[in-house]
Amino acid sequence: MTKVLGISGSLRRDSHNTRLLSATRALLGEDVELALFDRLDEIPPFNEDDEASTPEAVAALKAAIASADAVLVATPEYNGSLPGVLKNGLDWVSRPFATTPLMNKPAAVIGASTSLFGAVWAQAEARKVLATIGARVVDRELPIPQADEALGADGLPLDEDAREALSATLDELLEMASATEVATA
Amino acid sequence: MSTTTTTQPIATGTWKIDTVHSHVGFAVKHMVVATFRGRFEDYTGELVADEQGRPRLDGSVVVDSIVVKDENLAGHLKTPDFFDTANHPKIEFASSDIRVADGGELEVEGELTIKGHTHVVTGRGSIVGPHVDIAGNDKLGVELEAIIDRREFGLEWNAPLPKGGFALDNDVKLQVSLELVREA
Repeated sequence: MTKVLGISGSLRRDSHNTRLLSATRALLGEDVELALFDRLDEIPPFNEDDEASTPEAVAALKAAIASADAVLVATPEYNGSLPGVLKNGLDWVSRPFATTPLMNKPAAVIGASTSLFGAVWAQAEARKVLATIGARVVDRELPIPQADEALGADGLPLDEDAREALSATLDELLEMASATEVATA
Repeated sequence: MSTTTTTQPIATGTWKIDTVHSHVGFAVKHMVVATFRGRFEDYTGELVADEQGRPRLDGSVVVDSIVVKDENLAGHLKTPDFFDTANHPKIEFASSDIRVADGGELEVEGELTIKGHTHVVTGRGSIVGPHVDIAGNDKLGVELEAIIDRREFGLEWNAPLPKGGFALDNDVKLQVSLELVREA
């Protein structure tokens, strides 16, 4: 059983990104378990002074990443970049650098926004942040523009090409995860 | 107004745009593959054809009446990145030459002014009518399309995409579909 940890960068109750992320279960296959981390809002602002006493939600995120074979991030776009809560969570997880659970962790980024551009710049920045921390990041983007109309009742993109692109991203993430399992076995 | 030629005359009269049954819009590609459309709600215009059959088509669009699906984008389109509506509230068009071929094929050449930039553009399409509608009004139908490079009109905003290419195409298709009613 391959474990994928989903992290939505949106805290909104009816978030398009959280819906999209949950909907990937249908594409991941039966031997893949998707768990969602939904406690980004409990993580305090990163402060080096507080590092010694890891906040509980940070410990939970680190543990969830450590026990997953791959990480799948879905991000909205705020002012051309990823949301502060997502960056804040990743900043906490990155410390200390020598023991971050994201080191060599296969990761992929997808995203949706109600704008014309589908969070394409936020995704690029999220890939950059993940790669800087040490994750092995799938070099693909999945911008879902005009998300309020682009997702079907099942939460997946209505557009055939976008659905195929999502599948391709997930396949590459799972291949990366299985290659990592073999390498560490 | 320069020379106007027609191979087939347009029915004489002053024809005003019936905005309820007309459309003035545009389409532009974004994200390399997808197409984004918008329209203007507030515009006026008329087609005037005199006894010699020499027609002219003039129009004016209130740019602040722009309608797009994303209201944040509508706000952005009004800024100096795009139309700068505070300083350039109107788009104007004045024809210089109108050609009508057999079968109603229509070509309209004229000066288009957007954001203080004036260039000659040629719209191609069709004209049908006149027909009498159920209320007894004479109606003409005009369809025109033209492709312009938005940068020539000072609408230069763009942003590079992370994986190459640019957010917005420079070619914009203008799409005008007019129902014109003859003034009594």
